[in-house]
Amino acid sequence: MSETIPAKDGQRVVQPVTQATLVKKAAPKSDYKPADVSPQRRVQRSFAVRLWSVRHSRLLEWFYAKFADMFLLLHPLWKGIGYGRVEGPIKFVEKRVKGFMFDCRMCGQCILSSTGMSCPMNCPKQLRNGPCGGVRANGNCEVEPDMPCVWVKAWEGSQNMVHGDRILTVQKPVDQSLRETSAWLRVTAQAAAAREAAAAAKNETANTGAPA
Amino acid sequence: MIGRQRDENPAGIHLPLEPLPGHTSRGRLERVLRRGEFAVTTELNPPDSADPEDVYNRAKIFDGWVDAINAVDASGANCHMSSVGICALLTRMGYAPIMQIACRDKNRIAIQGDVLGGAAMGVANMLCLTGDGVQAGDQPGAKPVFDLDCMSLLETCRIMRDNGKFLSGRKLTTPPQLFLGAAINPFAPPIDFRPHRLGKKIAAGAQFVQSQYCFDVPMFRTYMQKVRDLGYTEKCFILVGVGPLASAKTAKWIRSNVPGIHIPDSVIKRLEGAQDQKKEGKQLCIDIINEVKEISGVSGVHVMAYRQEEYVAEIVDESGVLKGRQPWKREIRRDDQLVADRLDSILHDDITETQVDMVKTAH
Repeated sequence: MSETIPAKDGQRVVQPVTQATLVKKAAPKSDYKPADVSPQRRVQRSFAVRLWSVRHSRLLEWFYAKFADMFLLLHPLWKGIGYGRVEGPIKFVEKRVKGFMFDCRMCGQCILSSTGMSCPMNCPKQLRNGPCGGVRANGNCEVEPDMPCVWVKAWEGSQNMVHGDRILTVQKPVDQSLRETSAWLRVTAQAAAAREAAAAAKNETANTGAPA
Repeated sequence: MIGRQRDENPAGIHLPLEPLPGHTSRGRLERVLRRGEFAVTTELNPPDSADPEDVYNRAKIFDGWVDAINAVDASGANCHMSSVGICALLTRMGYAPIMQIACRDKNRIAIQGDVLGGAAMGVANMLCLTGDGVQAGDQPGAKPVFDLDCMSLLETCRIMRDNGKFLSGRKLTTPPQLFLGAAINPFAPPIDFRPHRLGKKIAAGAQFVQSQYCFDVPMFRTYMQKVRDLGYTEKCFILVGVGPLASAKTAKWIRSNVPGIHIPDSVIKRLEGAQDQKKEGKQLCIDIINEVKEISGVSGVHVMAYRQEEYVAEIVDESGVLKGRQPWKREIRRDDQLVADRLDSILHDDITETQVDMVKTAH
């Protein structure tokens, strides 16, 4: 069951007939043709920037480490203004920067450092723990045949990174209530809280008079 | 207890087995695997009907040849009877179903409820899957859920079993006793990552895995070498997916239309060259079983014969993987048989006896 359709360069290309194709064909005809059947499909069809980010995962890993340190240094500032008040503008910037670089979907719990700088939320199945069994032989996605599999790229990207083995940790399910919030601020607030807790614990042991 | 089979509850075939030390479930499949026997599992083609007889008839053809039956959860994103429903029917009849749970159609609230419901019905084995995308099935307009993925689903089931808690931390009064499974596909890219992914699944809670159709034995052997080197074969039972191909044409169709199934050219060439392609497909499946069963670390086979279920018994028999062992088989109990023999006449013979006649025959 396959049919041949003429391709742009004049060659005949074998187009697989899936159930979805049959259903789509049976649907009533109209002039309006959406870009694709996949609900995950974006208007943008180029994956160039996303793939650049994966190729430069090591550089981005280094850069993000510095960037996160800087954000943590600015913790008193964020705290002074109020994390709630600063959330809006930071989210505005984060969404656009990460959207451009990684096609970020603003899940609010970024794990790019564990996935080779390939955003797992771009996977049509939103897998956060590795590729499904449907990856095509050419390394493309089962659902969107012209998109390179997010996890094939994640594996390539993580191979270049210093902490590439982070891809092997089992990730928790996505907390949907954190969608559309800033991951940068959350990570910073958590790191600051952890630092304060550690400092408090240290003070306590000093005050209780640990043996010299 | 003469006539009673191994791995059967004497109080009733539908009841869970006695708990054994080192076992996390009270099912038959875990016992077979932990005894070190070569296990055989298969897949039930889910009916598109509301008739329970359809399920019973489809399960009957596997009687005495398989250790567990997979109840698929809308495979290929096509609508069928639900895996929960099939499991409810199969457990009533004493079969050992493997309940497949796909993340495509249910969120974490529904899934955790189904895990409890399934376990309460006596389902001892659960297979955690991501599921095919909705574009593959007959309802491409459906909303894909994918709230959990196979890994977090495994972890959820493990937390429910071992910690007696929901994902939210709320306590269960009776935790489910489960033997947790997952799927592997050693034949899809990224090939280097695949053994590590098995490791992740084991870390998340997988105790057995069933593989995608294996048609490329050398490729599988390389995968198993890596898996053995990483030491995963001691932590997890690996069942290899095998199945007969109906013809070279089907093989080509599957190769170009079903993502994730890798069929090398040599297989297609072999089928094309055969007189009877269907018979050759079956023989090929038997040959593959005979090759993979020798690979160290392989604990069983998962025979998927979609729409050729009648071949499962022949394939298992001719490959000789059971080595004379007979898996549990649904059979009539001896006392039931005795009653049936005595009283069969009432059902079929059309005699109306008078009391006078009865006295006469009694003398």
